[in-house]
Amino acid sequence: MSGESTFEPKNGAVEWLDRRLPVFSLLKRQVVDFPTPKNLNYWWTFGGILTVFLALQIVTGIVLVMHYTPNTALAFNSIEFIMREVNYGWLIRYMHANGASFFFIAVYIHIFRGLYYGSYKAPREVLWILGVMILLVMMATAFMGYVLPWGQMSFWGAKVITNLFSAIPFIGERIVTWLWGGFSVDNPTLQRFFSLHYLLPFVLVGIVMLHIWALHVPGNNNPTGVDVQSSSDTIPFHPYYTVKDAFALVCFLSVYALFVFYKPNYLGHSINYEVANPLQTPSEIVPEWYFLPFYAILRSIPNKLLGVLAMFGSILILVFLPWLDTSKVRSASYRPIYRQLFWIFVLDCLLLGIVGSRPPAGLWLLIGRVATSWYFLHFIILVPLVGLMERPKPLPVSIREAVLTKELRAEAQIQPGE
Amino acid sequence: MHVIARRLTIVALLSLGIIGSWPVVVASAEETLEAENIPFSFEGAFGLFDRAQLQRGFQVYSQVCSSCHSLNLLHYRNLGDRGGPDFPEMQVKAIAAMVEVEDGPNDEGEMFTRPGAPSDPFVKPFPNEKAARAANGGALPPDLSLITKAREGWRGTFRQLVDGIGGPEYVHAVLTGYREKPENVPEGPAGKYYNPYFSAGPWISMPPPLSDGLVEYTDGTASSVDQMARDVAAFLAWAGEPKMERRKSLGFRVLVYIVILATLLFLTKNRVWSRIEH
Repeated sequence: MSGESTFEPKNGAVEWLDRRLPVFSLLKRQVVDFPTPKNLNYWWTFGGILTVFLALQIVTGIVLVMHYTPNTALAFNSIEFIMREVNYGWLIRYMHANGASFFFIAVYIHIFRGLYYGSYKAPREVLWILGVMILLVMMATAFMGYVLPWGQMSFWGAKVITNLFSAIPFIGERIVTWLWGGFSVDNPTLQRFFSLHYLLPFVLVGIVMLHIWALHVPGNNNPTGVDVQSSSDTIPFHPYYTVKDAFALVCFLSVYALFVFYKPNYLGHSINYEVANPLQTPSEIVPEWYFLPFYAILRSIPNKLLGVLAMFGSILILVFLPWLDTSKVRSASYRPIYRQLFWIFVLDCLLLGIVGSRPPAGLWLLIGRVATSWYFLHFIILVPLVGLMERPKPLPVSIREAVLTKELRAEAQIQPGE
Repeated sequence: MHVIARRLTIVALLSLGIIGSWPVVVASAEETLEAENIPFSFEGAFGLFDRAQLQRGFQVYSQVCSSCHSLNLLHYRNLGDRGGPDFPEMQVKAIAAMVEVEDGPNDEGEMFTRPGAPSDPFVKPFPNEKAARAANGGALPPDLSLITKAREGWRGTFRQLVDGIGGPEYVHAVLTGYREKPENVPEGPAGKYYNPYFSAGPWISMPPPLSDGLVEYTDGTASSVDQMARDVAAFLAWAGEPKMERRKSLGFRVLVYIVILATLLFLTKNRVWSRIEH
């Protein structure tokens, strides 16, 4: 990276500490002066948004734990105690519950941005794989968190998902018993889920730090996908991207606030306001919306073991994407065929989400199977093949040139009117 | 080429939206009906509870529903809460004092009864589930604290985003929905009543609880079945979400703050970025 950053502390105490533990130099180099491509668009703001949401979930979660009781006899009422008696408890709980949903909205946008602009390609493979790990840990955390209120969907969702492990040959049943801590989903299950739900976010913080570290080695990808070549391609992170990220964050928070304050239960299931009853199965057992595409993949395969493998495979396949994509060009803006495949893939994922919310029968089952096939076809066949066959559009010489051409074009459009 | 691709994407997105909003056909859908949408005062971004309606609703609950249905998550003091029925303090004390509460053990180790106080939770109609079932032909009258959040009056992803889940409407629909069974419906189990709005229906164990003039409203409102059903539905909506008014008023202030902050950040961003070519 060009543009050497220098930190010269003016304050004596700062200098004293920095010579012993160079935190200030580090922040100056990696946050304030960090050379960032000057052409990042708003799709690049979701990394910062995600960091804020992780912090928000941890802070609201810690406050909730001060009042929550992880016991099957008390859990449901302790949540209602938070809603009714704790000062601003309703706010903290609605922020946490909706925060999970908006965390996933942001993470999915972040992932699709990476898919569009080829951010997974060399030299960012490890950065990408760490991202897939974050997604997996996030999903586990969210799943266990949804069990904690001990409502009907908490209980039956936990039962259905943990039961998936019984599909493992020979030892499946024993694994399920081991996961449950007994012969059914019961108090031991709730207590271990609570323990892990508290632990995993801090594991997430660790992986996120590695993710950011891995980002700061090659630096950001950018909408052209062209590498940074000189200091004229970059600007310091602060103030340019701190202010842009802050603006995007506040816009995102406004939508979040609309849900927290005006539709706080829309993204959940009404049946979860009924306390868990092991003797009464709800008419439909549906996971949270952010799991629906994967649930659709699971249910579109008639064999249970294969369905489970396909569901986990649909996420794990992302790990291999850097090597499945044979194209040297990163950004889909210069890849006419891949670009269309990308949008079809987005639609396919949305369609899987709808299928996941419907009973797996008749036409929905058929649509689910086609969409599942397309999901894997996209990664295993189409992406490698298109990379070899497609002829990309000419790339800009540098980021600066791409920025200047855009400016010139914008000026040319304005001029005739003036 | 790109124009065609973009148009195709738009068409595909629109069709996804259409199939997404297609109503879910559940096995029981042909037997149960959607609730009728009622324009309650507490709907919308600024809607508040109607105090008089909540007080009437409490009257219906305490004189009719409470003989079988508990309201475990409420305390008598909640009846005086702002953003709720807002009964005056003296009246809350009087309401609480009308019930007998079991307390103890005292210094002799005996349980004893005393008049209720505002700090007491609502007394339960039955000591336990077995007793409740025994008194109701085997059926368990559900606790009503969260009933308006746990039941849906209608389905549909987009409908629920616009109209809410219709929980209070569901309560109203069940209370007013008793009728003669149609010719083509087979005879139900003995001791059950036909009610096509009941979520696990159409056969419900609860006999029709309301009849015109059953409750004599202290505010003089005519107590038709429809009026009582609306009032008790509103009261239960408050019971399920007692902090709703607080939530909406804080939400409005938060959103105003966010809009101002976003505007300032946008202007700052433009100012900062104008220094460089971009």
